[in-house]
Amino acid sequence: MAHEKQLNRTGWFFILPSSILLLFFIVYPIFYSFYLSFTSTRGIVSQFVGFKNYVRMFGDPMFFLALKNTFTLLLIQVPIMLVLSITFAAVLNNKKVRFRGFFRTAIFLPAVTSLIAYSILFKMLFSYDGLINNTLLSLSIIDSPLQWMTTPKLATFVLILAMIWRWTGYNMIFYLSAMQNISEDLYEAASIDGASKVRTFFTITIPLLKPIILFTTVMSTIGTLQLFDEPMNLSQGGTTSSMVGPDNVFLTLSVYIYNICFKYTPNFGYAATVSYAILLIIALLTFVQFTLSRDKEEVMRRRIEKETKKMVKEGLR
Amino acid sequence: MNIKPKIGSFLLYAFLSVSAFFSIFPFFWIIIGSTNSALDIQKGKLSFGDQLITNFTKLFGESDMGRALFNSAKIAILTVFLSLLVTSMAAYGFQMYKSKAREKTYSFFLLTMMIPFASLMIPLFQIIVVFRMLNSHLAIILVASISVFMIFFFRQSFVNYQTEILQAARVDGAGELRIFFTIFFPSMRSTYAAGAIYAFMTSWNAYLWPLIVLQSNDKRTATLLISSLSSSYTPDYGVIMSGIALATLPVIVVFFAFQKQFVQGMVGSVKQ
Repeated sequence: MAHEKQLNRTGWFFILPSSILLLFFIVYPIFYSFYLSFTSTRGIVSQFVGFKNYVRMFGDPMFFLALKNTFTLLLIQVPIMLVLSITFAAVLNNKKVRFRGFFRTAIFLPAVTSLIAYSILFKMLFSYDGLINNTLLSLSIIDSPLQWMTTPKLATFVLILAMIWRWTGYNMIFYLSAMQNISEDLYEAASIDGASKVRTFFTITIPLLKPIILFTTVMSTIGTLQLFDEPMNLSQGGTTSSMVGPDNVFLTLSVYIYNICFKYTPNFGYAATVSYAILLIIALLTFVQFTLSRDKEEVMRRRIEKETKKMVKEGLR
Repeated sequence: MNIKPKIGSFLLYAFLSVSAFFSIFPFFWIIIGSTNSALDIQKGKLSFGDQLITNFTKLFGESDMGRALFNSAKIAILTVFLSLLVTSMAAYGFQMYKSKAREKTYSFFLLTMMIPFASLMIPLFQIIVVFRMLNSHLAIILVASISVFMIFFFRQSFVNYQTEILQAARVDGAGELRIFFTIFFPSMRSTYAAGAIYAFMTSWNAYLWPLIVLQSNDKRTATLLISSLSSSYTPDYGVIMSGIALATLPVIVVFFAFQKQFVQGMVGSVKQ
């Protein structure tokens, strides 16, 4: 008995350092942030204002612009990227495809670049006198250089393109490792039955990948709602300029929070309110995505855990 | 002979090759670009130039990239050590000393993964102001060292560990901490390598938190330096390209160097 008690204490001991850090840097901040969202701060003076910040948020056009920009990315970029990832994974999981290793590494490689580096790279590629315009001009695809980074729609296009470039290979790795766990026998049986490759993809691969599709969708959703590095560094002037992208098309929710805190007259209270909006949207969307794909929930949860373990390994590789 | 499969496989390889080209091209462009002048890069020159030394002289002279790289390396290495220690210990505690209360604690840990950094940023900023850690590397290292994702990753990797080994050591009278450091840790090296890569990459590429915390030029990281180079009013493409090349290189080297060890680790776990 005494021995078990001691083991129990040792168990807590191992968890202690993490718990202290978690308490200081995650648990306390998230509660304090909630309190802040009911206060108004000007410099060091702070006062309780009740729901004033929340009321202000619902009448704030900049907040709704940030919301719209974020959701544009969520609804366009994430689906395109995930479909591409799963296509690459399906193709590169086929043992008959030659140079698989090379193609996998090549398509994964963008995922090792820093978010800053690739954003700046795309900004340079698509600048008015940049490589893309020059190439398109010399191929006579366009007559005059396009204003990629100063036209709102084109700038959004560049941001979406850049994010697809950076994240497709990363997500592909998750699908690949999940596909490797699907038994070959299933495919053999299907091909004996005369099913085409495309058909087996939709009737065998996709259903079995459901948990992983859910996982990548949730992760991409969270990632998009927190998007900061890319819009900040794609926009001309970065953190110092008055607008984030042409007509503020790069103003995402996180960028807006940063601006409220560190660019305008700091108002930590209102920034905390907007940050709680993000938290709420993430919780809501995650809940919806889980509910939509619920089938035999417990089974799925175990499968996600199992897949994630492998994925995490693969993803880091 | 049927011609249809041939067309199909031609299209397939064309699709793969084009994708691979677009994936790799920017890397090629970075290397080319770091050897060219700003003007040549803008013109779209795609061959090596002779401006490499000029670019690097500017980068290390006017912009003090040397110090920035040193700062990045220092922060990344210390973060890797601290976070590996702290998070793997927690994972070990959760996995090897199972109890109902600890499982509940674990679920709570996992729940916090959903919290966006934006919601933590403001209180965190105030904490470090109160503790006088503004503009210090310690603030970055401490905040980065707690990663629930890594606890999750480690615990998943510890699931298959044979606990009999630990029991045997206990019977031999070894202390719990000693078991962890001298018996458990060495046998999990490939898992730790994987965790180290993740922690290193995350730290090296971090932007938002360092941007808030580090306010003087002598403290900033390579990532911050490059970002500020590119947002200046007269960005010098050649210098920026050299900076990107230098900051990206360590990550690519780490990726390729550790890949082998990582694959070994995976094969090892499959054998079990």
